[in-house]
Amino acid sequence: MQPGHIRASDLACRRGDRVLFARLSLALAPGEALHVTGPNGVGKSSLIRVLAGLLPAFSGTVERQGAAALLDERPALDPHLPLARALAFWERFDGHRADAVARLGLETLRDVPVRFLSTGQKKRAALARMIAQQAPVWLLDEPLNGLDARAVTLVEQLVTEHCAAGGLAVVASHQPIALPGARTLAIMDHSA
Amino acid sequence: MSRQLLALLRRDLALLLFGGRRGGAMLPLVFFLAVATLFPFAVGPDPKLLARTGGGVIWIAALLAAILPLDRLIEPDVELGLFDQWALRGLAEEWIVAVRMLAHWLAFGPLLMLAALPAAALLGLDGATVQTLELGLLAGTPGLAAVGVMVAALTAGLRGGAALAGLLVIPLAVPLLVFGAGSLAPGGETGVALAAAVSLVLLAITPFAGGAAVRAARG
Repeated sequence: MQPGHIRASDLACRRGDRVLFARLSLALAPGEALHVTGPNGVGKSSLIRVLAGLLPAFSGTVERQGAAALLDERPALDPHLPLARALAFWERFDGHRADAVARLGLETLRDVPVRFLSTGQKKRAALARMIAQQAPVWLLDEPLNGLDARAVTLVEQLVTEHCAAGGLAVVASHQPIALPGARTLAIMDHSA
Repeated sequence: MSRQLLALLRRDLALLLFGGRRGGAMLPLVFFLAVATLFPFAVGPDPKLLARTGGGVIWIAALLAAILPLDRLIEPDVELGLFDQWALRGLAEEWIVAVRMLAHWLAFGPLLMLAALPAAALLGLDGATVQTLELGLLAGTPGLAAVGVMVAALTAGLRGGAALAGLLVIPLAVPLLVFGAGSLAPGGETGVALAAAVSLVLLAITPFAGGAAVRAARG
C-alpha cells in the first residue's frame, strides 16, 4: 500500500440554496484518522463526497494522493447475486482477494443473495469490498449504521489497524466511535 | 485497466443475458417474436402482402424490442452506487458506457438476428430477402444498442425515465429504420451500408454522450 495523504483547504459546500459548511480545512498524513461529527443534515456525507471527488466543492480545494476507498449507505454489490459472486466482481476488478470475509462473519452467507442480507450484513459485506480494494485513503460515511455492538468494535479495530499500517481514514459518523489517537472535526463549527 | 474492463464486460454480459430480477435477454426476444407473429393476424394471411411488408415489420419489431431493456441498462448501477465506486477507482465513465454498449449488443444483437429467421419464415420472406434482412440487422443493431445505452444514460435518475427513454429512442432510431428497412426494397441494397454508417456514428458518440450524462446526474 503506497502512502497517501489528503488535504483540503477552505472548503465550502452548497446544496441547492443552502451553504452547508464553509471555511473548512483539514489535513491527514499516513496513520491519521479523523472523526467528522455532527447531527443529521449538517453536511457530513457531502464532505465525504467532496473529499472523494464525487461532488464538486462550492469553493476551496481538495488535494489527495493515493487511491481512495468509499463506504456509504450503498454497498455497491449486485443485489440478485450470491454474496461471494457479488464480491468476486470487485475482486476481479481490483485484483485483490476479499480476505476479510471470514473476519467480518460473512463466511456462512457466501451463497445468500445480497438482497436477502440484513442492513448490518450488507454493511459488513461493503466493508469486505472496501478492505479488498487496499486503498490507503478510507472515506467512511456512517460506517456504524445498522451494526450490532460486536460489529461496531470490529469496525473500530479495522480502522485502527488500517491507520497503524500507514493508511488514513476520514470517518463521518453521528455515533461515537472509539479510534485511539483520532482527531475530531465538528462540522457544526464550520456551518454557515 | 484492461483487467478492469474485462471484469466489467464479464459482469455486464452476465447481467444482461441472465439478469436475475432485472430480467434477462429472453424477454425482448420473445417480445420481438410476438410482434412478428401478431402482424399476420392483424393484416390477414395474404402471402403477397406479407412478403412485401414483412421485412419492415421485422425492423419495427426489432426497434420495439430494443426499447424494452432500457431502464436496466444504466439506472440501477447509478442507484447501487457502482458508478461512484468506478469513478473512485479512476475509470472514466466513457469506458464504462463503451463496455456497457458492447455487452448490450452482444446480449441483444446476435439473438435478435437468430430470432429473425423464424420471424421471416412466419412472414413468408424469400431467401434473398432474408439474407439482406440479416445483413441489415447486423449493420443496424449495433446502432440500436448504442442509442439505447445513450438514452438510458441521459434518463438515468429522472422521474418517469423509463417511459421517456422509450420516446427518445424512437426519433433517434429513425435513420437506422429508414436505411435498414429501405435496404429490403428492390434496388435498395446500399441501405445496408448506410445503416452501418449510422451505426458507426452512434457507436462513436455514445460513450462520450453517455459518460457526460452520468457525470452530470451525479450530485
